[in-house]
Amino acid sequence: MGTNRRKFLNSLLGIGGIGALSAIIYPIMSYLVPPKIAEVKVNSLKVGPVSDFANINSKIVKFGRTPVILLKDNQGNFKALSATCTHLDCIVQFDNEQQQILCACHGGRYDLTGKNVSGPPPKPLKEFNVNIIDNEIRITSQEA
Amino acid sequence: MNINTKFICNIFAIVLVFTAITFANDNLQSAQNSKKYTDECIKCHSENDMMPEHFSENDIHLQNGLSCAGCHGGLSTSADEEIAMSKKNGFVGVPTKKEIPNFCGKCHSDISKMQVFQARISTDQVSQYYISKHGMQLKIGNKDVATCIDCHTSHSILPASDTRSTVYAANIPNTCNNCHGNSDLMNKYNLKSNQVEEYSKGVHGIALLEKHDNSAPACNDCHGNHGAAPPGVKSISHICGSCHVNNMNFFNNSNMAEPFAGLEIKACEQCHGNHLIAKPSDEMLNVKTSTTCTECHDKGEDGYIASEMFYEKLTQLSELYDSTKAMSEKIAIIGMNNIEIEYELKNVKQALIQSRTLVHTFDTSKVVGRTNEGVLASLNALKLADHEIEEHDNRRIGYGISTLILILLAGALYLKIKGLNT
Amino acid sequence: MEKNKLQNIENWLDERFDLTPIKKLITHKKVPIHNHSVWYYMGGISLFLFIVQVLSGLLLLMYYIPGEDNAYESVQFIVTKVDFGWLVRNIHSWSANMMVFFVFLHMFSVFFTKAFKKPRELTWVSGFLLLLLALGFGFSGYLLPWNELAFFATKVGTDIVGVVPFIGDAIKVVLRGGDDVTGATLSRFFGIHVAILPALFSVFLVIHLIFVQKQGMSEPEHFEKLDESKKKYIPFFPNFVLQDALLWIIVLIILLSLTLFFPWELGLKADALASAPIGIKPEWYFMFMFETLKLLPANILFIEGEVFGILAFGLAGVIWLFIPFINFSKKKELNNKIIRWIGIFAILYIVIFTIKGYLI
Repeated sequence: MGTNRRKFLNSLLGIGGIGALSAIIYPIMSYLVPPKIAEVKVNSLKVGPVSDFANINSKIVKFGRTPVILLKDNQGNFKALSATCTHLDCIVQFDNEQQQILCACHGGRYDLTGKNVSGPPPKPLKEFNVNIIDNEIRITSQEA
Repeated sequence: MNINTKFICNIFAIVLVFTAITFANDNLQSAQNSKKYTDECIKCHSENDMMPEHFSENDIHLQNGLSCAGCHGGLSTSADEEIAMSKKNGFVGVPTKKEIPNFCGKCHSDISKMQVFQARISTDQVSQYYISKHGMQLKIGNKDVATCIDCHTSHSILPASDTRSTVYAANIPNTCNNCHGNSDLMNKYNLKSNQVEEYSKGVHGIALLEKHDNSAPACNDCHGNHGAAPPGVKSISHICGSCHVNNMNFFNNSNMAEPFAGLEIKACEQCHGNHLIAKPSDEMLNVKTSTTCTECHDKGEDGYIASEMFYEKLTQLSELYDSTKAMSEKIAIIGMNNIEIEYELKNVKQALIQSRTLVHTFDTSKVVGRTNEGVLASLNALKLADHEIEEHDNRRIGYGISTLILILLAGALYLKIKGLNT
Repeated sequence: MEKNKLQNIENWLDERFDLTPIKKLITHKKVPIHNHSVWYYMGGISLFLFIVQVLSGLLLLMYYIPGEDNAYESVQFIVTKVDFGWLVRNIHSWSANMMVFFVFLHMFSVFFTKAFKKPRELTWVSGFLLLLLALGFGFSGYLLPWNELAFFATKVGTDIVGVVPFIGDAIKVVLRGGDDVTGATLSRFFGIHVAILPALFSVFLVIHLIFVQKQGMSEPEHFEKLDESKKKYIPFFPNFVLQDALLWIIVLIILLSLTLFFPWELGLKADALASAPIGIKPEWYFMFMFETLKLLPANILFIEGEVFGILAFGLAGVIWLFIPFINFSKKKELNNKIIRWIGIFAILYIVIFTIKGYLI
């Protein structure tokens, strides 16, 4: 076998080897860099300090994939309910005047416990647990 | 007594007590069973085959211990016909048609009697009945009209929650149709007889009768039940609005409310119909095909232009929603992530639903504002979809490159091995 | 220049750790060339796939969170959010299946070439134990994404363990971490999958490899009988090693293709209250056992059909494990024949019942 041919073959092997190695290492390195988006923690969600709710009594937060409405009543107690209307999946809002939850799509109404009281909604809103740990509001799924 | 005998005695005592309890239970049951047969009315009438037509043992009155004498009077404990059905013992017999409402009202209008069964039960059925068309006609001696028993039956009365009941939500259209579907009878009063036929083709009828959605309105939900009457012109939007709250509010606050009232046009019914209410579609706003708006508004008028704009915006958003949804499905099919896209799609759908409701404000700026929000959300979703497709393609390119490198390496290795072995 | 440097390093090492046995092994080991040489590569491929498993498994561990609330979501996170996460997860699943497949091939090739005979009995025993451990990896790893199919497959699988007389129930409860498949089961399976099994596997793998290197390649009988002059060999290093490497690259290409074009679904999150989905199936390498248990009558002799089946499989496994030590006949010819028929029966049984499980 000619030395030229052998040299060529060896360099081909070398290049191929380095190429294959980088084809393996590149994905591994990219994999190890954590993605920028915050980890989807669906079992619990930190909403923020209680003081955020000094002037407002409701807020819609994203709990994984599902929107959740966090309510504060006059006594300062918190309650979290699924914000997806049970009628046609619109997102509900808090009606301060009537102290009810209102779905603006078809005027469905729920009371503050999530029970459907008027309009088309067929079912009550699902409830989430609210815990206040170190003055910070946390929402957790009741299923867990 | 040693421990053993004591133990046996205890066992014996326990067995004895249990036997006693069992016997007592048996006695109680047989007492309940025979109670039915101690009622001499039923006993005698069934022996002589004289039971009323459609008598049912499931009748709510019978189930609650109210037997024949409870309504018809008389002495149910006496086997002697003369004594049992004597006026002296309060026997009233079969009421005439005109007497029926008060015959039932003896109990049903008396809160002290009704309270026993349900704390907040209403007792206004009879008084409601007399303000209905049925009741008013009965008062002046019309025998065509419905009384209590025409809807509730006389001897197989079941609560409205019972699926076998004639007044169970899904059975109501049929019950009303017994009379209102009779064209001979209805012609006498210049009434149509196709209401249930139309209703069952409409969106409410389909929901109740075909989709078994009991929250859909039956006849009584719009016309009332005991106070049955056709809804008045002024109140029609109130009736529809009791469920379609936003549509009513939007309409009542719109600049169309006054002219409608002035021209005595029935608000909702004018565009949506009454018994045959079709599922509303964006096509209702299409000035080229539909007459909903163009019935009054000629080309060039504000109303005509608004209708054109509503139609354009809603169909645009609706098409965008469909194409975004199709895109999301495509993303899922090619095995990529469509979770965020689906979340955004929810917003699009909500915008579409709300814009359609906002049409009842007849305010172009409101509708356009909301549809534009939907369009933005939709574009955002499409952007996410593009990103996923790009990623999908990148994976294939990456695969191609790395496979090429690996094949190259394998080829070189093969040649090397060949060289070694020769 | 370069050669000198390498030489220096070698000398430096040699002074501290005697390299002569390794050098001897590398230079003297040779691989026989004959019609069945291709089977020599199966073990190597299995080893390669195991290395892939270790690497991809370690990468998955970087993001995976065990537990009922997080397992499914974290796998979903890996697949959808992490760069190349889909690749890592799919490689791990595909490579696992391929590894089991090649381990089976390796085992049967050894069986039919009777490579388990003296002095390689212990290589066989350690190899069979490695196969069982690999199946254990498959079973425990299947549950970790905590999706519906895995949940019910684990339920059925552990139920079968529970049927074993006397100790079955206890094993079932220990495996499940309770009476039912719950989050506790997931924690246990996670521990088994990433700690207990790898530890055991490594021990047996090292033993297995030491045996293989010590004893060299087994020569089948027809090859052994040949004249020394007619026996063909190639050196283990570099020829055989390079051929191994070539095959590994080809396997890697196949693995990547499977990964890209046939990605594993994640399915729906497990829900203990949901009714079992239609068509729950175990992984394909358990299919023949699952199918057998399904087909057995309710009672065989005086015991339950299922118990009978499990005991039969247990017995078959024990016989299989000790096959190098069993003499079926004093005549060598007859003995070989019996062993061959046992092997053919085992393959046919597994193939037919696996196909039956998928088709019918």
